[in-house]
Amino acid sequence: MSDVYIVGIDMLKFQKAGTAKSVQDLGARAALLALQDAGLKIQQMEALYCGNLYQAGAMVGQRILQEIGQTGIPVVNVANACATGATAFREGWMAIKAGVYDLVLAVGVEQMSAGLLGGGGGGKGIPKEGLLGSATMPAVFAEAGMEHARKYGTTFEQFAKVSVKNHHHSTMNPKAMYQIETPLEMVMNAEMIAYPNTKLMCSVNVDGAAAAVLASEKKARELGLMSRAVRVRASVMTSDPWQERDLVMPDVNTCTRIAAKKAYEMAGIGPEDLDLVELHDCFATAELLHYENLGLCGEGEAGRMIDTGATALGGKIPVNVSGGLLSKGHPLGATGIANIYEVATHLRGEAGKRQVPNARLGLTHVIGLGSACGIHVLEKVAA
Amino acid sequence: MASEPASRPLPVVDFLKIPENGEPYLEGSKCKACGSIYLGERTACSKCGTVGELETIRLANEGELYVYSIVHRSFPGVQVPYVSAVVDLKGGGTIKGNLIGVEPNPEKIKMGMPVRVVYKDALGRKDREGNSYLSYFFEPA
Repeated sequence: MSDVYIVGIDMLKFQKAGTAKSVQDLGARAALLALQDAGLKIQQMEALYCGNLYQAGAMVGQRILQEIGQTGIPVVNVANACATGATAFREGWMAIKAGVYDLVLAVGVEQMSAGLLGGGGGGKGIPKEGLLGSATMPAVFAEAGMEHARKYGTTFEQFAKVSVKNHHHSTMNPKAMYQIETPLEMVMNAEMIAYPNTKLMCSVNVDGAAAAVLASEKKARELGLMSRAVRVRASVMTSDPWQERDLVMPDVNTCTRIAAKKAYEMAGIGPEDLDLVELHDCFATAELLHYENLGLCGEGEAGRMIDTGATALGGKIPVNVSGGLLSKGHPLGATGIANIYEVATHLRGEAGKRQVPNARLGLTHVIGLGSACGIHVLEKVAA
Repeated sequence: MASEPASRPLPVVDFLKIPENGEPYLEGSKCKACGSIYLGERTACSKCGTVGELETIRLANEGELYVYSIVHRSFPGVQVPYVSAVVDLKGGGTIKGNLIGVEPNPEKIKMGMPVRVVYKDALGRKDREGNSYLSYFFEPA
């Protein structure tokens, strides 16, 4: 089976939720940027994998081609909560692995609105939000963080430090939604949304899109695109395995742990070999859980890890140097390709002020609550 | 002709049972093969995959607070702050609901503390037909 390479990748600067012209316009512009990055044309793409959540029933991939080139290729539209973009990318990876295609396009795109996600109700009878606890995302991830606090004594301040770090990182990322420093007191004193997550500890709803061109090794060489190519060393997806409380309290840990183990095996590496990680910091509480889930530190050590600065740019293993979902923004269906763009940009040595020096190996991680976990390990192609 | 509201409150979820004569309770299913416990009825066990071998059980009204969040921002009409709590019931089963009878302050809420399930009106919420609902809540035991 051929190795699979990213030969073109880009993202739009994320913008305020609800300000984009249309979902197809966002997706089309990201697709054109990725094609331009590769120096290729839509006519050369053999298939399109399109990830979008809020218009999942409305043929978003086809609408993108109606903007940039109706070439008649197969289009697969996927939806997988916040793992949607990673799922689209992975479907393209699998098709090349299987030898069906040599050159495909993957797009992740989302147009959002402001406000709380989750807990909107549905079902019969009366609304349950605030009656049977909360199903809003800030509360669900607050509870996941409190589980860590219960086990290891992790503090509100330690969770808040995640936001300080990620907001600082995004001051160096012109494509992030925000470029503002948020000192610890500012994060902790921001409006409390669902304890222990304040407003600055919740990801930002934004409009955005990202796209990638994937190629087989043969095709990448034939097109002369190996010099800036990024090798996909592992692509893994899991769903939530049975856990005692999972149906009531979604477990984002076990599916991540299994995916990470498989990804490290597939790539033939360990977490200590990574130069940077983009993980799913949908809420500040979540980031600390994933330090342990991804094996970046030992069990119960995540609080100390954020205290020591090991995951800040310049630290032992920088995490979310893009600013993460907390500050770069979280356009649900685009997130899983945008974080691949971030790691690929570092591996290419093109990340500007936030560049992780000499980055050779990086990992991306997303969680779609409900649950889906997608992990990719990416490697710089040796010159 | 518009339908009249039911004379008795309706259960907020299917697994809350309101007997004609007797106290309300929570109902669960237990897999005969592996012992896993679920809220309400099930076709199959999602732990071991056994189909059709689940027995109906009555869940306990006693439990312990596993984790919580204090919710300060919600949708219009939802009174805040309130405590969203995940409770492990004695004898098995995990359930989410509002923890009441405690100050919504992290200093006052202890994970692991004993709680009991209580049954009260669903905060005055009614459906379009005007029906009242009976809900469950947790209180410190």
